[in-house]
Amino acid sequence: MNESILTLILLVPLAGAVLVALAPDRGKLPNWIALLTALATLGLTLHLPAHFALGQGGFQFEINRAWIDSPAIFYHVGVDGLSMWLVVLAGLLAPVGVLASWNAIKERRKVFYALFLVQQTAMFGVFISLDLMLYYGFWELSLAPMAILIAMYGRKNGPKAALKFFLFTFIPSAPLLVAILWLYARTGSFDFTTLQILIAHGNFPAGPMWWVALAFLFAFAVKVPIFPLHGWLADTYSEAPVALAMVVAGKLGLYSMLRFHIGLFPAQARALAPLLIALAVIGILYGACLALVQRDFWRLLAFAALSHLSLIVLGIYGFTFTGSAGAVFQILSHGVVDGALFLLLGYLYEHYASSQINAYGGLAGKLPRAATLFVITSLAMIGLPILSGFVGEFLILSSTFTGVSKGWAISASLGVILGAAYMLWLVQRIFYGPESGLTASKPADDLHFTELAALWPLAVLMLVLGLAPSIWLPSIQTGIHPPQATVHAILPASALSTTFTGEVQR
Amino acid sequence: MNPVPDIFRILPEVILTLTGVAVMLIDASLPPGYARRPLGWVAAIGTTLALWASLWQLSLPVGTGFYSTIETSPFTVFFHVLICGIVLVALLLSMDTLPEDSHHQGEYYALIVFGAVGMCLLTGAIELLLVFIALEISSIATYVLAGYRKDTTRGPEAAIKYFLLGSFATAFLLYGIALIFGATGTTQIYEIARLAPTARNHLFVLAALALMLVGILFKVSAAPFHVWTPDVYEGAPSPVVALMSTAPKAAAFALLLRVVYEMFPSLQSLWSPLLWIVAVLSMTVGNLAALRQQNVKRMLAYSSIAHAGYLLAAFAGLRQEGIAAACFYTAAYAAMNVGIFAVVTLASGYDEKLPLVQDFRGLIYRSPLLGSALLFFLVSLVGIPFTGGFFGKFYSFSAAMNGGAIWLVIIGLLNSGLAAAYYLRFALTAAQSPDKETEVAVPKPQVRIAVSAAVALAVVATLVLGIVPSEVLRAAQASAHTLRTPPTQISVHGVASEQQPNP
Repeated sequence: MNESILTLILLVPLAGAVLVALAPDRGKLPNWIALLTALATLGLTLHLPAHFALGQGGFQFEINRAWIDSPAIFYHVGVDGLSMWLVVLAGLLAPVGVLASWNAIKERRKVFYALFLVQQTAMFGVFISLDLMLYYGFWELSLAPMAILIAMYGRKNGPKAALKFFLFTFIPSAPLLVAILWLYARTGSFDFTTLQILIAHGNFPAGPMWWVALAFLFAFAVKVPIFPLHGWLADTYSEAPVALAMVVAGKLGLYSMLRFHIGLFPAQARALAPLLIALAVIGILYGACLALVQRDFWRLLAFAALSHLSLIVLGIYGFTFTGSAGAVFQILSHGVVDGALFLLLGYLYEHYASSQINAYGGLAGKLPRAATLFVITSLAMIGLPILSGFVGEFLILSSTFTGVSKGWAISASLGVILGAAYMLWLVQRIFYGPESGLTASKPADDLHFTELAALWPLAVLMLVLGLAPSIWLPSIQTGIHPPQATVHAILPASALSTTFTGEVQR
Repeated sequence: MNPVPDIFRILPEVILTLTGVAVMLIDASLPPGYARRPLGWVAAIGTTLALWASLWQLSLPVGTGFYSTIETSPFTVFFHVLICGIVLVALLLSMDTLPEDSHHQGEYYALIVFGAVGMCLLTGAIELLLVFIALEISSIATYVLAGYRKDTTRGPEAAIKYFLLGSFATAFLLYGIALIFGATGTTQIYEIARLAPTARNHLFVLAALALMLVGILFKVSAAPFHVWTPDVYEGAPSPVVALMSTAPKAAAFALLLRVVYEMFPSLQSLWSPLLWIVAVLSMTVGNLAALRQQNVKRMLAYSSIAHAGYLLAAFAGLRQEGIAAACFYTAAYAAMNVGIFAVVTLASGYDEKLPLVQDFRGLIYRSPLLGSALLFFLVSLVGIPFTGGFFGKFYSFSAAMNGGAIWLVIIGLLNSGLAAAYYLRFALTAAQSPDKETEVAVPKPQVRIAVSAAVALAVVATLVLGIVPSEVLRAAQASAHTLRTPPTQISVHGVASEQQPNP
């Protein structure tokens, strides 16, 4: 079971997609197939933490088989503390996504659910691949269903947003492929662990290595997105169907940074860290300021996401142990919270067909369940203690304060305060105050069972994440490899990765 | 010394010729008014037999026949199978899309099969005069097919353009052959390879190389010899474009491989930079022009120019790896391009009532299967992993990378990013929900058995090339091994067990 569990996680959604494609489009049949597949996958992903050996370093549940002989591409998959919970998160968001689309997707259900499940496979593939070509394959594969579904189900101008999203992420992956091929031409291997060791021993020319590291970083930075590269985010958030919007940003790019940028090129990453920290802080403040002035709630959510994701980038490139652990934790929390927010706003959009914030007002009386859940989610997003957002933010900010720079930490905290402002203001404008014409014109129709079934688990999870982070943190920490030297240090020699002990080559 | 009867060396060509003749004779003896559609089945069966015959040729020892004018080797088999597969798909596609009442259907099928004879012969020929004859056989068939829709103005225009420019290009090739004959006194490729480095009049050899390259690059529609492509593709019927954008190109690439690697390996320092430039030009010109096209067929025409560029990138690779990558790319390109033209034919019909990208809006809503197939082929053309298009590009560019042409790789990959823009625009338009107000009443595309078999073959081939490329790659490598300069060194690398099943 342990041997094949990851393969099963990859194949089950794919099989579900095929099944959806073959089954007749009758009633809710595609929905049910997709839901059962997603639940089965979630069950499979839960096998990972249940059988994860905590004290053990390196990758677990590993499979390494030859796929293509020339060039030597291996089907090499495995998880460690870093990726395990991300796989579970992706598994969790799959049924949530299906439930979120349950009533929202009315046409061409088969195409929707089939592509949605293919997208799931691609995401799992990104998280578990340890062969660079395999990883690249899933990375690219994740783009196509996403773009097609945005175009098909876009709210106003789907194809334009889809094209923007696709090109923004596809073009930077060209240099990424060149870099991967360059590494292969040098080493004859696409294998992550092999390359990590070879690079750590440092027999590579420093100049080209810089470009290679930069190519990796660039592709990931667009996907996250990091401050000046966020052009696609707002349009994608406004157009994408809820089930896809909740997975489009953040996780994949941030994970890739941790695994493949810092993991493979620690020296180059460290040298660039000051720049990335500065960009992250700019992103935090810039995103928060723009979120404050948005009139459209999708765009508000997009800039809020920019702000929150930048905070995670700050945690990653602070190169402190606590900061990195906090960053991974925050990825999980952000995934849950953002998912819930998308679901709720998607529900509002379904019923009132408007994303203009000022068209709403006084909904709390009409939709008490939605209002309750929205407030809980907003508080989690703001980072209220005992809810999930707090732990990650606290770890990142405190480690930045002590380990990186007080100035940056204070500026970033300012962004967190602004975050409270725009979120609470959003709650106030939508749910409180006088009833607006739009909300008065429609009969009250609170959340249904499908939405509640998706939202309550998320809400509970926010609480559990906030109350008992110790369930997650130990395994995350084994994935991050504790540095040898003092914990709060940004000295170049105390590399994050234990395998890297060489000199910084510049 | 050579126990294999010569006739076995050209068995697929013989079968194809007999099929073509049979189709013509049956066509002539059938009374007018009789449905000619079954003739398509005759042609398809003949092509399938030819395909099996070429696979069977793998069991023959590698060698030459007919006084060293024709060769059978894994290389020729690879391209034979590929070409026969393409022709098969094109025949299946034509059977369901040609109008029932068109009275030249018999000729149409016969011409396709005769064209296939020329293309197959071209890949096996190792004697320049035979090369020329084979090229003419295949070209003349395609000239006629390009003008098959005589009732439109575009059809004859396309045919005449193609014919004039094509004859011009073949003239270049012939001139090159004449010059190399003058320089070395022979037209046998291996002999030329042996004599060319020491030829007294070296200038003639250089001129011959240049002229032959012009002729061949015209056939593969590489920039700057590409100007005919969009007009011809637009005017020719879509099933014919499915054929002529792939099969003659595959044959011409086989010839190009023979000419540069087998005939002029000594001049690599000359042709390599030339092909580098042509590759970069083709990709860039093709993609930039395709970005601005509104007409689907013109867009795909420019896209095929760009793909010729990606393929030529493989020629920057080291010998074996480059040849294998080029062979693989030809197969991958053929699979997805035939597929996309099949879908376009079905969606816009034989009369092409819907020529523009915008007209495809909502295709996935009108016909989910066809729409999904279109998206799939476009995704493959973009080069998304787990499709044939990805591994084609991947092998081509990694061959170039190992050959040291890093800039070619960077330009190529940026180009494929650029290309994603127009493929995606097309795909996303097809995925967009139909506009209720401006929507014209379009009849739902008729999908029948032969044509669904054609599309299914193309889908399966594209998927196979994308998920388990090893087998095809092994076949490509085996064919790369048999493409060697001195014929005496050819060892029986032969039995590349599994050839690519269907292009």
